[in-house]
Amino acid sequence: MYNTAPMNNRFPADSVGLVKPQVFHFEEPLELSCGRVLPHFQLMVETYGELNRAASNAVLICHALSGHHHAAGYHNPDDKKPGWWDTYIGPGKPIDTNRFFVVALNNIGGCHGSTGPCTPNPATGQLWGPDFPPLRARDWVHSQARLAAKLGIGQWAAVIGGSLGGMNAMRWALEYPDRVRHCVVIASAMKLSAQNIAFNEIARRAIKSDPAFHDGHYLNHDTLPRNGLALARMIGHVTYLSDELMGTRFGRELRHGTFERGLEVPVEFQVESYLRHQGDSFSEIFDANTYLLMTKLLDYFDLAREYGNDPVAAFRHAQSKFLVISFTSDWRFSPQRSREIVDALIAANRDVVYANIESDLGHDAFLLPNPRYQAVFKSYMDNVATEAMHLLRAD
Amino acid sequence: MLRVELDILKKWITPNSRVLDLGCGDGALLHSLKESHGIEGYGLEIDPEGITACIQRGVNVIETDINKGLGHFSDDSFDTVVMTNSLQALLRPDRTIEEMLRIGKECVVTFPNFGNIKALAYLYIKGRMPVTRQLSYQWYDTPNIHFCTVKDFETLCREKRIRIIDRATVASQTPGRQLQVIWPNLFAETAIYYLSK
Repeated sequence: MYNTAPMNNRFPADSVGLVKPQVFHFEEPLELSCGRVLPHFQLMVETYGELNRAASNAVLICHALSGHHHAAGYHNPDDKKPGWWDTYIGPGKPIDTNRFFVVALNNIGGCHGSTGPCTPNPATGQLWGPDFPPLRARDWVHSQARLAAKLGIGQWAAVIGGSLGGMNAMRWALEYPDRVRHCVVIASAMKLSAQNIAFNEIARRAIKSDPAFHDGHYLNHDTLPRNGLALARMIGHVTYLSDELMGTRFGRELRHGTFERGLEVPVEFQVESYLRHQGDSFSEIFDANTYLLMTKLLDYFDLAREYGNDPVAAFRHAQSKFLVISFTSDWRFSPQRSREIVDALIAANRDVVYANIESDLGHDAFLLPNPRYQAVFKSYMDNVATEAMHLLRAD
Repeated sequence: MLRVELDILKKWITPNSRVLDLGCGDGALLHSLKESHGIEGYGLEIDPEGITACIQRGVNVIETDINKGLGHFSDDSFDTVVMTNSLQALLRPDRTIEEMLRIGKECVVTFPNFGNIKALAYLYIKGRMPVTRQLSYQWYDTPNIHFCTVKDFETLCREKRIRIIDRATVASQTPGRQLQVIWPNLFAETAIYYLSK
């Protein structure tokens, strides 16, 4: 049914090759946690691999703050870079597309084709912009459940996510306990720390202080708050890397200029140029209102809030098994936050595996190659795939 | 772990109980207890290869450095806390045993008996630290930093007012197998203790 384009042999053998996003329209209204209702909505989706006859091998990929539906493969033969999680999705990779039917989407509120601030508000015919309703992770879960129904998936073999995506995955396990067999939570937390919220607020302030922001109505003014969004991204980016990594990658190397006496030339460190490039390129491809919306969604997430603030009570509602992974140098979502998830799961008598992967790449480690991370992830997912196959045979 | 050790340990595990295994290695013990006793088990391990092996077996493994303490486990949250053949590798075995008794209602601890005649003879005759099949490391690269004898362990239990519910010793060959019943400190190769507060 929802098959991917055939393999293109110009791509690496372990790549899903050329992929094509599809738009799914949902005409039934979606009631949001804030009380408002989206009369209809659309999701931009990519799928890789094939759904088996029993629909027992479906895996949902939940993206992080700036993520989207393009998780693996290439859109064009000339693309320099594959999807954002290509290291972990593909034939023979931990999320093995020979065995799994992988579903990746851009969540509502996003800016890559799904209903969000950049799509029209049906009530006014104008773009939603800053008036798009505030969202919670459970709104994403409910919209993703609609997608599952449309794809004929009654139960996910696994719901997988890193960072904010990990929160999305945990919320799935609590909102629809019988529709998730495995929940994979990578570099995530049950709620953000005050420090984390503080960083997000600095990012939001940066965006809102840009004169081109126009209270969020920048598109009506034919402009973009590029400086604000770039600054927000630069702040975020620093927190996703570790001090060691920045030290080894950039050190105090100069890109331009010199400190030689007697010469008055402007000096630019490599790290300055790198950060500026990261910020500038992000500000061209990402929407500022989406950035505001998603950072707030992150800040408001609190797994146990509606369970008497007791994570153990919350996880007693889950029926899935859990894989939790953290990275030693991640200070934005530190191993301690993952360990809290694990401790609550153990106290709630849920099956859980936890690995704290040695890495100096900071929070971004969850996106990057790492032999031990790959071994842990693949070993776990191999068992998930075997289980999916047993269910197919029993069907 | 020898078959005979496993058989002894299994007698002390209640079916369908919650078991925590400190230093669970490749997860073989927890896997076996799940099959035979239907336990809900969790293993703590620090070795990456052991952790991967546990995952492949479908065992709940939690990457943990036991030496950093077990403060995240609440009191009496497990029926039995097990530690096989890891006591001698801990920084402070006494503290870990106290923690085990806090977390578990009961505990099972196994360790190699350093008072064993073979170890003594090795040291006495060769004048060198024993290297045997069971203790196969050199003194400088061994993870086993706190060896003790059966008597040492029982002294610790007495001092800490730990109740020894049952005890068993194991020797792999004759005549040790017969003699360890009479002189465990001298002939037991492995000691297995069943403890509670």
